[in-house]
Amino acid sequence: MSNQADLVWMIGGPQGSGINLAAETLTRCCMRGGLHVFANIEYHSNIKGEHSYYRLRIAKERRRSHLERVDLLVALDRETLVGDVHKSEVTHRGHLHEMAPGGAILFDSGNGPAPGDPSREDVRMFPVPFRDILLEALRMYGREGEVGKLQIMYNVIGLGASIGLLGYDQDLVTRVIAEGFKGRKAALADLNVAVFRRAAEYAMERFATSYPHRLSVLGGSGGRVMMRGIQAVGMAKILAGCGLQTYYPITPATDESDYLESRQGQFPTAVVQCEDEISAVLMAIGAAHAGVRASTSTSGPGFSLMAEGLGWAGITEAPGPVVILYQRGGPATGLPTRHEQADVRFALHAAHGEFPRIVVAPGDAEECFRTTFEAFNWAERYQCPVTVITDKYTASSYSTIPPFETSGLKIDRGVVFTPPKSGKDGFLRYKFTKNGISPRSRLGDRGGIFWTSGDEHNERGHIVESAENRVKMQTKRMTKLVTAAKEIPEGMMWTLHGPADAEVMVVGWGSTKGPILDAIEELETQGVAASFLQLRLLLPFPGDAVRKVLRKAKTHVMVEGNYGGQVRGLIREMTGVHVRRLVHKFDGRPFSQDEVREGILQQLKSARRPAVMSHA
Amino acid sequence: MLKLEEVKTDVFNDWCPGCGDFGILSALQQAIAELEVPREKIAVFSGIGCSGKTPHFLNVYGIHTLHGRSLPIAAGAKLANKDLTVIAVGGDGDGYGIGAGHFVATGRRNLDLTYVVFNNGVYGLTKGQSAPTLAKGLRTKSMPAPAIVEAVNPIALAICAGFTFVARSYSLSVKHLKATILAAIRHPGTALVDVLQPCPTYNDLHTKEFWAGADTPDKKPRWYDLQQEGFDAVVRDPEDGGEVVRKKTAGVMKSLEGGEREPVGVFFEWKTATYGEQLAARMPLLAEKPLAEADFSGRDLTPLLAELA
Ligand SMILES: Cc1ncc(C[n+]2csc(CCOP(=O)(O)OP(=O)(O)O)c2C)c(N)n1
Ligand code: SF4
Repeated sequence: MSNQADLVWMIGGPQGSGINLAAETLTRCCMRGGLHVFANIEYHSNIKGEHSYYRLRIAKERRRSHLERVDLLVALDRETLVGDVHKSEVTHRGHLHEMAPGGAILFDSGNGPAPGDPSREDVRMFPVPFRDILLEALRMYGREGEVGKLQIMYNVIGLGASIGLLGYDQDLVTRVIAEGFKGRKAALADLNVAVFRRAAEYAMERFATSYPHRLSVLGGSGGRVMMRGIQAVGMAKILAGCGLQTYYPITPATDESDYLESRQGQFPTAVVQCEDEISAVLMAIGAAHAGVRASTSTSGPGFSLMAEGLGWAGITEAPGPVVILYQRGGPATGLPTRHEQADVRFALHAAHGEFPRIVVAPGDAEECFRTTFEAFNWAERYQCPVTVITDKYTASSYSTIPPFETSGLKIDRGVVFTPPKSGKDGFLRYKFTKNGISPRSRLGDRGGIFWTSGDEHNERGHIVESAENRVKMQTKRMTKLVTAAKEIPEGMMWTLHGPADAEVMVVGWGSTKGPILDAIEELETQGVAASFLQLRLLLPFPGDAVRKVLRKAKTHVMVEGNYGGQVRGLIREMTGVHVRRLVHKFDGRPFSQDEVREGILQQLKSARRPAVMSHA
Repeated sequence: MLKLEEVKTDVFNDWCPGCGDFGILSALQQAIAELEVPREKIAVFSGIGCSGKTPHFLNVYGIHTLHGRSLPIAAGAKLANKDLTVIAVGGDGDGYGIGAGHFVATGRRNLDLTYVVFNNGVYGLTKGQSAPTLAKGLRTKSMPAPAIVEAVNPIALAICAGFTFVARSYSLSVKHLKATILAAIRHPGTALVDVLQPCPTYNDLHTKEFWAGADTPDKKPRWYDLQQEGFDAVVRDPEDGGEVVRKKTAGVMKSLEGGEREPVGVFFEWKTATYGEQLAARMPLLAEKPLAEADFSGRDLTPLLAELA
């Protein structure tokens, strides 16, 4: 199936208008009908009123990224069409200009284009009287007086009109809508279904004949689930037995803590909202020393505050924490609800001094799951902080995937001390060992009393400033990284997708995995054979292996979502190989498949300067 | 009851001769010895400063943290293991300056832990700058100029932040201090013991002689015991919101009293639900055993995956 056969559906509207519900319901309905969906959202740092949109790429096969074009747009307001033209400074042009030729727009006839607005001859405009449809449905329940308040159901009208136009299975959608209104909200189910039906009928009757595209059920869901990175990380923490999750609210990380806290009854995890991220990371470290698997999740601003704590975890060899860093646009508050991959150098170096730590970058929801699970094992095995670096795109985008395979996952708590039979003191928490790992006791363990300090210390954990001890102790700590580099399976360090000797080797890390894989598939159909080297373990960096792979390539192109080419620089530092061609992007939006493809083609033509992508 | 020798370590103590910290260390050692808690169930956390070295001199789990950060680390340990007796110690710069945010949040949280602050009016380990407790207008010997900011009132701050046991003592009155620390540890909830501590090296105003009142006409100490004067700090009916407000107000008023002599003793005491108890109401597992002892292996994600089907 070519990309042309994919359907790109989008819903746009002011924040607070419920586009999430419409988009996620449609995602579920497509999945239940055997289709695949990749869904991503863009929104402002605002609660009500600013423009947001949700885009679904619906296909018969798995898709891992979004496309630039829109085939069917639901516009809940005029801004979705033409941009924020009501503002003194226009900041975006809406989505009319993104429409594919032959595409269609379902818009609210009460809030549609104004005279003089841009228009497109090659796009079908379908006006839908949102208010009338809502009123009709409300009348059936004698609630027309509430039409003002219940405008919140315009999202359901947008969904209904889309389903009617596309001729998708209305009963299936009805069931999914009803499932969403359980418990206290059950009374709303009927009303929502009625609104949905009205809208679907309206669109089907008026517009379907002049719109050729149809969406049909392919079969069952095949057991697939719709998964975001946030949920994947949450589930991994639950499976890994994370006992304490600390956090300070921040986009887009908070959702993960909410996820854990709302499932506390079934899977107990103490979730603590702290006074700041300094406290969040330190509380988790304190718990780790006391024998609990502990974690915290944040984005750039919070991670900045955690720096000193990470150093303390490093020197005291705390068996944790696992820190999930969801990158967003920086520095400072930057683009707080937008995407970027610009914190990686910081994650590698945050805090003063030198200490062992692990930094790992999963590329999608499945890898978030596996990686987060292993992160707890590594934190305890190597007694060091582990940072899982991901981003807003991975955190908040849905894809339809098979349920996680958990049978191969084992909890490994590392080298735990054996209490002396005598119960006597004298335990050496920082015993010098060959592989750098000293057996650990937990605060509270009998016979395991130890001291520890952020000051340099001896094997007992008491402060010692001698040069000799410093050399031995620092070497011991850093040796743990050598051990980790030997023990961590290569499959978790990097992945080569496709043959090493392909015409082009694309190099990337983190969430560019999706758009790169989709783009190289498309390039293949255009006669360009490309492979993808995905870097996953960034510290300890598998320099030798990566050098070998890179040397086999005929040409390489680096793709990353930051200004500086941060991991490109890391590769050069660690392997001596300079990946000359760079496709990068720092406009606060994730790479689309199209941008990656175009960028690669540009770089193949000329590598004189990097390709800066920004379609948005 | 442990022997005093059992709670000491052989670590060399490099505090200045005559430092008030020695008195606090003695009181802590005696309190720990009397506590009737096995040594491995006690963990002492400290910040950075002269005072930060304290855990190394105590033969229990000893965690020397960062400047101003002992409280969140101590809180994490307590959350992980509710059976631990958690004591945090540190300087006044550590607790009321750089760590002030954690101080307030710790009070609000009301985990069952004890915080002992070494209040010497100066930053000892960085050579005598003014600490947040030094009154406006004062100048200790290594300060280039007098302080032009107001001092913090830790007692009032603690009461208002939500500490449920707030007391003050004097480092060279080891008996009173030991008794106060013991009461604080035994109090179920977050307890503050602010300890007036001479720093003979840098604080030439609040010396041992000053506190002894050597220079006053009646030669009486510059502190008096609140409880001996009949001050009632204890909330008798924990459910009585009115009484809580009255006792808090009385404690704050007492701390603001001023005058020639500083009150020491308990300013406020209220037994109310701890953070741990409230968390256990949501996570019944915590009522049974410490989080650190729970076995979370073999979990089945099926119900979570079903939500997303
Ligand atoms: C983040 C940070 N800033 C500054 C310091 C330097 N420093 C070490 S101890 C100290 C002050 C100690 O004063 P106090 O907390 O009152 O303890 P004391 O030495 O008087 O016991 C400072 C500022 C530090 N260790 N960490
Ligand atoms: S500087 Fe002051 S507080 Fe520090 S050890 Fe010396 S006397 Fe004690």
